Parts: sequence; structure tokens; C-alpha cells
Amino acid sequence: MSDITDLSLADLRDALKAKKVSSLEATNAYLANIEKAKALNAFVTVTADRARDMAKASDAKLAKGEGGAIEGAPLGIKDLFCTEGVQTTAGSHILEGFIPPYESSVTANLWRDGAVMLGKLNMDEFAMGSSNETSYFGPVINPWRAKGGNAPLTPGGSSGGSSTSVAAHLCAAATATDTGGSIRQPASLTATVGVKPTYGRCSRWGIVAFASSLDQAGPIARDTRDAAIMLRSMAGHDPKDSTSVNRPVPDYEKSLGASVKGLRIGVPKEYRLDGMPAEIEKLWAQGIAWFRDAGCKIVDISLPLTKYALPVYYIVAPAEASSNLARYDGVRYGHRAKEFSDVQSMYANSRAEGFGKEVQRRIMIGTYVLSAGYYDAYYIKAQKVRKRILDEFNDAFKKVDLILTPSSPSAAFALGEKSDDPVQMYLNDVFTVTANLAGLPGASVPAGLDAKGLPLGLQLIAKPFDEETMFKGMFALEQAAGFRARPEAWWG
Amino acid sequence: MSVDKDIVRKVARLARLAVPEDRLEPLTAELNGILKWIEQLNEVDVAGVEAMTSTVDMKLPMREDVLQSGPTGGGQPDNVVKNAPRTEDHFFVVPKVVE
Repeated sequence: MSDITDLSLADLRDALKAKKVSSLEATNAYLANIEKAKALNAFVTVTADRARDMAKASDAKLAKGEGGAIEGAPLGIKDLFCTEGVQTTAGSHILEGFIPPYESSVTANLWRDGAVMLGKLNMDEFAMGSSNETSYFGPVINPWRAKGGNAPLTPGGSSGGSSTSVAAHLCAAATATDTGGSIRQPASLTATVGVKPTYGRCSRWGIVAFASSLDQAGPIARDTRDAAIMLRSMAGHDPKDSTSVNRPVPDYEKSLGASVKGLRIGVPKEYRLDGMPAEIEKLWAQGIAWFRDAGCKIVDISLPLTKYALPVYYIVAPAEASSNLARYDGVRYGHRAKEFSDVQSMYANSRAEGFGKEVQRRIMIGTYVLSAGYYDAYYIKAQKVRKRILDEFNDAFKKVDLILTPSSPSAAFALGEKSDDPVQMYLNDVFTVTANLAGLPGASVPAGLDAKGLPLGLQLIAKPFDEETMFKGMFALEQAAGFRARPEAWWG
Repeated sequence: MSVDKDIVRKVARLARLAVPEDRLEPLTAELNGILKWIEQLNEVDVAGVEAMTSTVDMKLPMREDVLQSGPTGGGQPDNVVKNAPRTEDHFFVVPKVVE
């Protein structure tokens, strides 16, 4: 075997079952890659000892011909998932040193299926950000660089540790979460596959909460097959999350390779933005042509409320966040200020020291839009517009099976390029946020490179709980694009 | 609608965030930038539309009102206080609240 870490999750799984490699070999190879890739800053915590113990346990099972669906496969876990006995920070100073006494349901599902944990992945603080620059532990660096340049680029956010570690082969696949685009935008910027399933498909229990009506867990993986394998293990009903939906989890891998002939692909004209780079427009047209050539029916659709999705999001998400983050008071867990005069100043100082600038900004917006006198004008209004956006999607899905759009309005940008203007940064999620508001599954698949040699993704959005059709479409897109480019390993 | 320094000071107090006096002005400008952008929602007609509460069309499940077992269950005071900055005999210690 040339390099175990170049095997896809699917190939590694098969090699492990066939005993051509051991989980310990794979785990050690990944740990060596992580050690060499410190410049990427993808991990907050590396759990080398635990990884080797889990790998040995997997090897013992595999030797007996036993083990789960992904027995022995080494994964990275976004630091938003609580992991029993292992520090979980959510990228925040306020949770630095927090060691959960329990395991999130999604990660518990992965360990049930035999996965090995390599460590916890860096992310924007409390998943609030699109560039990984809001992390208390410093930004993650994209393994991709512009042709001929060496300026550090963002891997997207908030799941930037997940996208970078998958793109740089620091893990076989990673968990991620998506509240407004935090799986799909980083996937687009790193040439990885990111899947945000239907709201309710994965349990939110044990995932540090940001905006509970929008948060969903999903995988970032090297290709569509790997993402299908990951989602099957992550998903499932959980009584501990009252919004978790009780329906069977299909074997998504079975959808791959099925003919897409006759599928109706919707193309929403409102996703054609003023000032959108011509390359993204061109790639989108190319995507449409690929589906047409595969025998799909291309249907022009209209989603007129698209431009209002981000303003709705920036009311609903901060409102829910201000409520969810009220729990960080320096009493039961998390950072407590050293200096204070009474219990009120202890709360206020602990929170001011523990939360970063963007998190505080969003708590302020959320507190304001929920406060007496403003609640109806902002929050209720936003929830009404959100309902109309949902209705618009429901109408569109009477005519189409999937919707095809670009994943992000630009390729990877330089660190610092957009961090001075919050609204500019928020616009990164313009194509992804609608699926969160409507609870729909969405996925980004690498489709091409721009003139600077940076990857760009295309997004597919599907009907609720129709991830199978989405995977079918993703696989067809992946086959047509034939994307093979890899970043040059400058990081060591 | 826009906010002024006094409203920002009040919201910070509601949010239990200590904002230094010299940060109030810039924070007011930042928040107004965001609020101004959000204002475009006024263009949308929502007459007769019901505010959305959930994307999933389902009834919230009910469970028996009994002590759970496992990680959400009772009988684990050590775990409950494990991550607290200051504790004493399974109590959280805070500054004096009542004189």
C-alpha cells in the first residue's frame, strides 16, 4: 500500500474488512499527517492515545470478522460535538477546558459503528462565522493556495477544521454542522463533499447549541460515496432530541450510480446575483449542461424571496443564539472572570471575557430583536417571511426533484479580507441559508477550479427526507465533473 | 429602526455582557449597520401569514414524567459539578446574592 491516508473512506473500509491494512496502521498514518500539518491549525485537540486504543479494539473485532459499518476508520470530530472525557470548546474561550461527562448522540452512533476518533477539529466560535477567523484558537488555513501565490486562504466556516482536515488527508472523513451554510460553504472552498441533511435527520443532542431551529449535523468527506457512508452512521432517531424524526435511515450508498434520467432539475433564476464572478456563473451553466446530457429535464423556477433569506437568518439565528448562550454564566461550567464585585458583574465580566467579538455582536442583536417592543417588528416578522420562503420551496418542489445552484458566491478568500465588515461576511451564505430556513437537505460537490486554481462547488437541494435523490444527483454530478485536483502539500 | 448608545447599553445589560464605555459607540455603529441591512424585510408582504415555529411538521413527543437513566438521569452529583469553576460539597459557589 503506497499511502493508507490516500484511500477514500469506502476503500479504507473495504481494505480493513479484507485485512489488507489494520486500523492501527491507518490511525498511526493519520496521526503522522496531523503532526506534520500543524501549520493548517485544523485540530484544537489531538486524541492520539485514545485513537490508538480505539484502533486496537477495532483490529481485534476485525480479526474475528466482526465490527460495524465503518469499523476502524479514523475520523475527525468538529469541536461542537460533546465527547465524553475529551475537551469540547466550540472554538470558544468560554468553554476552554470543558470536559463533557457524556457523548453526543451523533458521535455515539459513529463509535457504535466502529469509527476511531483522531481528535477535535477547529471551528468558528460557536459556529458563528464563514472564514474560521472567529475561533479563539486561531484561524484554520486552507490547504489550497492560489496558483503562484502563498497567501493563507480561508477554508470557509464554520466547519473549517473539518473541511481542511478532509482536504489535506488528516482524517478519512469528518463530522460537521450547518446552521446557515457551515458544512456546504467550507466544502465548496476546499474541494470536499459536504452534506447537510434534512432538519431532524441527525440528533442535535450533545451538540453545543447555536440556533436550535436551524442547526443540523452532517459529514464533510472526500467524495459522495464517503459522505453517504458517513451520513448513514450519523443519522437516526434519538428520543433525547424532541425534533429528531423517527423514520428509518436508508443505505444512502445504494442510491449512488442509479440513473438520473428523467429527473427534473430546478434552476432558480434568483440565485444569479449581481456582481457574481463570471466563473461561478459558467460553472453553474456547466452543471446544468451535465444534467441535461444525463437525460434530466431542466426546469426554470423562481424563488423570489431568496434575497430576504439572509436578513431573516440574521434575526432568527441571533435570537436563538442569545437564548441558547444565556447558559454560559460562569457558574456551572466554563470561564469565570477573576475580577467582579457581585453576582451580576461576575456574569457580565465572565461573558465579556469568554465570548469573542462576533459572538457578542450576535448575542446583542438577538437580545435586541427579542426585547419588549421590538419582538413583533423583528422576530415575528422574520418568522413570517421564513414561512413564506418555506411555502415557496414547497411550490417549487411540485415541479422539480432537485434544485441546482452554486454553493458559494466566491472561491476561498484571503484571511482578513472580509473580517472588517460583518454584512460582507454574512453574504457568504447567500446560496446555502435558504435550505436551513426551510429545513431542506442540501449538499456541495466539487465541480471545477477558477482561473486562480481554486476549487468551486455546486449545490443540490432536495425535498425533505429525500437525501436518496440528492445522493443520486450528487454522484451523477461528481461523475460528470470528474474532479481530480488536489492541493499541493506545502504544509509538510 | 436604529439603536443609540443608550439602547446598546441597556441591551448589553440585558445580555449580561460587560461592554466598556469606549466600546459603546463603535458597537452602536456595527449594530446599526446590521439592522439597516435587515430592514429590507419591510418590503415583504406577510399579511395573513402565520409565523413559522418549526420546519418539521410533527407533534412534539411526550414522555412519562419519571427520572431518566443514563447520561441525563439522576444520581450523578459528581458529574453535575465536575466542570464548575468553584464548588463545595456538590454545591455551586457564587458571590453572595442576598444580604
